[in-house]
Amino acid sequence: MSVVELSGVSKTFQQGKTVALQGIDLAIEAGEFVSLIGPSGCGKSTLLRIIGDLIQPTTGSVTVNGKPAHRARLDRDYGIVFQHAVLYDWRTVAKNIALPLEMLGWSRARRAQRVKEMLELVELTGFEHHHPWQLSGGMQQRVSIARALSFSPALLLMDEPFGALDEMTRERLNMELLRLWEEIGSTVVFVTHSIAEAVFLSTRVVVMSPRPGRITEVVDVDLPQPRTAQLREDPRYFELVTAVREALARGGAEAVVEEELVSGTDG
Amino acid sequence: MQIAARRGGLLVVLLGVLWGLWEGWHWVGTRFHLHWPFPVNDTTMPHLHEIVRALFQPAQVNGPWLVRILVHDSLFTLKESAVGFAIGAVVGFAIAVVLSQSSFLERGIIPYVVASQTIPLLAIAPMVVVGLGTKGVTDWVAVAILAAYLTFFPVTINGLRGLQSADPRAVELMRSYAASRWRILWKLQVPASLPYLFSAFRIAAPLAIVGAIISEPAASIQGGLGGAIVNFNQYYSIEPQELWATNVVAALLGIGFFLVVVAAEKLVVRRPPEQTA
Amino acid sequence: MSGRIGRRALDWLPAVLVFAVGLAAWQWVFSPLAGRFLLPRPSTIATTLWHNFRLLFDAGWFTFKEALGGYVIGSALAIVVALLFARWRRVGDALMPYAVAANAVPIIAFAPITNAWFGVLNPHSKWAIAGVLCFLPVMVNTLRGLTSVRPEAIELMRSYAASELDIFRRVRIPAALPFVFTGLRVATVLSMIGAIVGDYFGGSTVALGVQIENSISLFDFPFGWAAIVVASGFGIAFYVAVSLAERVVLRGVPSTRE
Repeated sequence: MSVVELSGVSKTFQQGKTVALQGIDLAIEAGEFVSLIGPSGCGKSTLLRIIGDLIQPTTGSVTVNGKPAHRARLDRDYGIVFQHAVLYDWRTVAKNIALPLEMLGWSRARRAQRVKEMLELVELTGFEHHHPWQLSGGMQQRVSIARALSFSPALLLMDEPFGALDEMTRERLNMELLRLWEEIGSTVVFVTHSIAEAVFLSTRVVVMSPRPGRITEVVDVDLPQPRTAQLREDPRYFELVTAVREALARGGAEAVVEEELVSGTDG
Repeated sequence: MQIAARRGGLLVVLLGVLWGLWEGWHWVGTRFHLHWPFPVNDTTMPHLHEIVRALFQPAQVNGPWLVRILVHDSLFTLKESAVGFAIGAVVGFAIAVVLSQSSFLERGIIPYVVASQTIPLLAIAPMVVVGLGTKGVTDWVAVAILAAYLTFFPVTINGLRGLQSADPRAVELMRSYAASRWRILWKLQVPASLPYLFSAFRIAAPLAIVGAIISEPAASIQGGLGGAIVNFNQYYSIEPQELWATNVVAALLGIGFFLVVVAAEKLVVRRPPEQTA
Repeated sequence: MSGRIGRRALDWLPAVLVFAVGLAAWQWVFSPLAGRFLLPRPSTIATTLWHNFRLLFDAGWFTFKEALGGYVIGSALAIVVALLFARWRRVGDALMPYAVAANAVPIIAFAPITNAWFGVLNPHSKWAIAGVLCFLPVMVNTLRGLTSVRPEAIELMRSYAASELDIFRRVRIPAALPFVFTGLRVATVLSMIGAIVGDYFGGSTVALGVQIENSISLFDFPFGWAAIVVASGFGIAFYVAVSLAERVVLRGVPSTRE
């Protein structure tokens, strides 16, 4: 049973005037790390939110953990991380991480224990009583990830979580994320517009075309696990990066051709 | 056009609801002899149609209709307020420009301008107007000066904030074009300050009107709405509709002046929409 | 350490200089020019204040209570309405322009009517004026705070299957608190104005407003200005008290005002 199954999913906005997604079919198995990559406006963030039942698809079905996406959300089957840490300023780091646990009705003792574990996991022990604005961007994102994983969801949805960070912090957090993924064993759906990041992190890269968003190609990343920093200099890594880049270009070119066919212009 | 029609329709519905609430409370109050929060009878809550009727009748025997008197009074008060508002706005903005150019002056003066927002400035209105009168200033001019004074504070604060709100990178860009101080001011900072200025105008316009209304009685000015209110207040127990009518006209004047500012803002300022949930 | 204090003092130097120069100019230039009716000297005002301190302080306290009653009622009502408008967004969006326009009405001009309703000597008549004046700033600011939450913060709560009530309780209300306090601070001044100026149209002789009006008709301007100083003192104290409450409640959350 796949963790996520999308069948014939499409999404239009403004009564059909804007087609964000079209004919999306995708199955994600347990333990995979799948990246969604595409140009701006290709609908990858929309697709992520459809999986999370934060947006409803116009057509098609979405199954998460064998249930309809709506049910999965109510059962809190996934954790989500956004591009901005979205921490609440009036709560300390510890209380921010504990938020989903509060909503799940965990006892205070159990919450405190889990918060301690999560802080160790993301290497932020000692920052329990700090407030979000006292932390750097990278640290805030680590808290955000700790919060998302605090209730051990089977699925982790991430919407360009490192997009607002500088390159060096981003590479470091990439390694940390992979370490967490190995330890916890969740399935990850990861939205990014960085080809390097997508190839480095994932087991599979889903390449999407510009609007209307379709899946151009799925690239299997057969790099060895666990990933190491040296892999960024491996020839196979570069081959895969090129493959993804060419798939993106192809998707873009196809979209241009299609638009011309539809509007009746040429060249 | 559609939006205007919908807004207009909503206004009519809203006024209808308010009218219904008024008459409803009046009916319940008189029926059950309510004394809380205040005793309800024809004097404390005259029927709305009575108020309208009073407008189209003479206020005194063989005199002009009440509505004519009130319109005349409104224009008098408006003259005082608008002249004062204009002067206060210009002076306030000029001072804001000066402050924006000198950090020393800014740090010296702004604390007091801001502190003025925490003291009940409006309360000095009658004193200032009467005081000016003792120096021989014509009555309506004194009120206009007061209105200017009330307008000046919010305009200076917001004007300064607006001038300083220009994106520092945009300023750097202008400097890279070797633009002079005046150029930067005129082309970048003044346009950036417009939204802030209009925020201040929205506050200052009704304030100028209120300032005028409360100063007129103290200065024994007969020609304006303030005088009319005090006048009809004396006859309240006999003819409550007249005071109510006066207040309705005063309300319309305040709203009208405010809407003029809002309309001007729509023409002059373009704001990007906010991104919030 | 002394370097830092020295620098802070330097920051305030221009303001102190301006204050000294301004006060001196008032005492020796403006007052003589304007005459003792338009602008009495600071020294005259100070001595009048000193001689009548008990009387003026009691009047200030009485007026403050008039303001406070209106402040509490108006602000409480405003917060409730803001919560309703935030929950039923379309109603709120539709009614907002009218609420804003209604605030341009010269509310203080209704003082004679509230006097007729509650009685000239009854503080409730001033509560009504002060309350209505406080209503809009508190309501607008509270509403802005309740609705200025980032979309992702709401999405996060939805990912936890949170109910609308949960979202309000855990996100919107805490996020709104800085904004609520902005409104509450503005309202302190407005309520004082409502009380004092409301009394200009008639009130108890104990009230500052009535005393100021009397001083005008008697041409005893130093007394009037001394009363204004007392009124300002109470106004500033009120504002500072609310600011302190804000510090305590928000405990260092960075203010997201304006």
